[in-house]
Amino acid sequence: MADILTTPKSHAHVEHHDVDYLHDGSLLSWLTTVDHKKLGVMYLWSILFMFFLGGVFALLVRLELFAPGHTIMDAESYNKAFTLHGAIMVFLFIIPSIPAALGNFVLPIMLGAKDVAFPRLNLASFWIYVTGALIAVTAMVTGGVDTGWTFYTPYSTTTDGSVALMTFAAFVLGFSSILTGLNFIATVHKLRAPGMGWFKMPLFIWGIYSTALIQVLATPVLAITLLLLIMERAFGVGVFDPKLGGDPVLFQHFFWFYSHPAVYIMILPGMAIISEIVPAMSQKTFFGYKATAFSSVAIAIVSFVVWGHHMFTSGQSQLAGAIFSFLTFLVGIPSAIKVFNWITTMYKGSISLAAPMLYALMFLILFGIGGLTGIFLGAMSVDIHLHDTYFVVAHFHYVMMGSTVIAFLGGLHFWWPKMFGRMYNEGAARVAAILVFIGFNTTFLPQFLLGSRGMPRRYYNYLPEFQFLHQVSTVGSWILGLGFLIMAGYLFASLRKKMDAPANPWNARTLEWQIPSPPITHNFHEIPVVTSDVYDYYKPFEPSVKGHH
Amino acid sequence: MSADSHAVAPHGAEPAFRQHHFINAEQQFSTSKLGMWLLLATEILMFGGLFVGYGLMQGVYPEAWVAGHHHLDRPLGALNTVFLLVSSYTMVMAVHYASTSNKAKTLLNLFLTIGFAAGFLVVKYFEYSHKFHDGLLPGRYFTYHGGGPPQQAMFFGFYFCMTGLHGIHVVIGMGLIAWIMMRTARGEFSSEYYTPVDLVGLYWHLVDLIWIYLFPLLYLVS
Repeated sequence: MADILTTPKSHAHVEHHDVDYLHDGSLLSWLTTVDHKKLGVMYLWSILFMFFLGGVFALLVRLELFAPGHTIMDAESYNKAFTLHGAIMVFLFIIPSIPAALGNFVLPIMLGAKDVAFPRLNLASFWIYVTGALIAVTAMVTGGVDTGWTFYTPYSTTTDGSVALMTFAAFVLGFSSILTGLNFIATVHKLRAPGMGWFKMPLFIWGIYSTALIQVLATPVLAITLLLLIMERAFGVGVFDPKLGGDPVLFQHFFWFYSHPAVYIMILPGMAIISEIVPAMSQKTFFGYKATAFSSVAIAIVSFVVWGHHMFTSGQSQLAGAIFSFLTFLVGIPSAIKVFNWITTMYKGSISLAAPMLYALMFLILFGIGGLTGIFLGAMSVDIHLHDTYFVVAHFHYVMMGSTVIAFLGGLHFWWPKMFGRMYNEGAARVAAILVFIGFNTTFLPQFLLGSRGMPRRYYNYLPEFQFLHQVSTVGSWILGLGFLIMAGYLFASLRKKMDAPANPWNARTLEWQIPSPPITHNFHEIPVVTSDVYDYYKPFEPSVKGHH
Repeated sequence: MSADSHAVAPHGAEPAFRQHHFINAEQQFSTSKLGMWLLLATEILMFGGLFVGYGLMQGVYPEAWVAGHHHLDRPLGALNTVFLLVSSYTMVMAVHYASTSNKAKTLLNLFLTIGFAAGFLVVKYFEYSHKFHDGLLPGRYFTYHGGGPPQQAMFFGFYFCMTGLHGIHVVIGMGLIAWIMMRTARGEFSSEYYTPVDLVGLYWHLVDLIWIYLFPLLYLVS
């Protein structure tokens, strides 16, 4: 808030026009930087570390499930391991991943702005994230949490461990998320370059904008829910505790009122990235620009009225269930509009199969599976059978990992040359991409089978007939791990090279590709004036940015 | 938050308060205002969650709510409502005088606003200590011996959660107003630039508005 209210000193008199942002200022100056690019990079390293941590827990969980009964840990440690995997991946990795890391870096440049609307708020948001992460880590080492990432009552109000602290961490992280969203909405409304009307914005912006709307409107409800949960543990108020006359289903309503929209906080930015990669890598004008732009907003709106589909078996009324089920099917419409438009954009395009495009293609396949199985689960009669089984686990991993994380990796490879000014080894990148794809499907396809055959989720032990599929799944997690190991190898190796990335390696047309890689601190020498449409590949390229060539 | 800017730029030069990434002062002002409205929207949604939980539980235990609210001191609650309403008026006047470069009257009105806010907190302190004394506390700390439905413990859970969260907002508001007063005293604001006063004003009206809802919800149940 300080940022909205104060008058920071003008930076105009400190000119670093020709120094790129990576070499502008000392290493220590990064800690207090208000440059959206540096903040994006700091977010990137933070979330990648969290992804590593969450990934280690995932590998441990899969390893434990290699055989029935005790394999490497006892049941209590297992409960903690899958809770930490979920909580880290959701609150510390996926939610901030695309908006806060890639979005922070790319969004202002795509709009032709020199920074986000409130740069110091952006810095505050980063440090709030770090604080939240530290609190979460403290909660892990001082007792851990075994409730699952959903903190369902009454278990979460009665179990031991650091539930209150972990909840508080999620509360703090929510603030960071709200402030980032608020910043992006103001930036999109007010800081577009001259000539950039709403329908000349890149589709990435539409996706991030829709995400930001959800972040701002849904997260406060999570904040109050978590606060009530902390109150519940500290004072035994009883709002969620049936023993004291409270209603545990009320907690689920509150929780999912945020957390279902939060699912779209996770997927919309992924879709946003695909909408950039596909036209650039196909060198083709985007098919159905407006429909795709509006479909992002539509998903954001529908996201607020479908939370009840998480509670078909929780004792909500049949009528409510039927209404939520119907509303859930609506999500399929804007999602399908996007998928069809991406495919039609590729049609007769000049398709490059560089690493970012490989990820975009994987996204189309995996999101197809993840999205359609969501329709299964949205149908009440089917859900009664599949609720709380591995089918659900497989479904949301296809959406969260198969779609969002894959899109994030696509975006990372797409913008890596822009962010760090270096190309990575393309061959190694393709090998890693294919390993990730194989590993992912080996891990999660068997889980659809396990779930439909009745294997409940979150169980420590299982019947012997499930062992084969569990083992396939565990082996898949190793292939996935190998893919990520290779990726870490060539990405780090590229950072040791000299800067070799051209300004526009993909021959793309959005504004960030019209400035040098890496960009200068103020992005543009002078604010660009936008005249042409954003993906106008049907005609020769006319750059909007002057002064860099 | 330090004062590293000067209110009025030399005639004809770029105003010092404009940040480098804004094209002009109007853009900066309207962006800041949009940001503040968004922040207020999040505040309303956060309190909205509490209101919904409160309303639902009141529907389940109406008699506990009636019994619980009889322990609240209506005249004191009404007095606090008056305090906040008047403070909203003085805040409006402060913004008005800031926008017309009247430093002395801006300061006076900001001072009065802080005064009323402090009055609100003093009354709240007496109300709280009375509840503490009677054991009218949330959940398992509810030790009141006067009888009545057991869910009064839940009512007081909501009472302390809602008024406590609102109280924190009052304290934050006082800090912001004090900070605005310091900057006004240093002569940083004028009809050219008074965005921070305007935005703190918006925030303060929200704090007032939430209390306008809290008062009937908590004190006027029956």
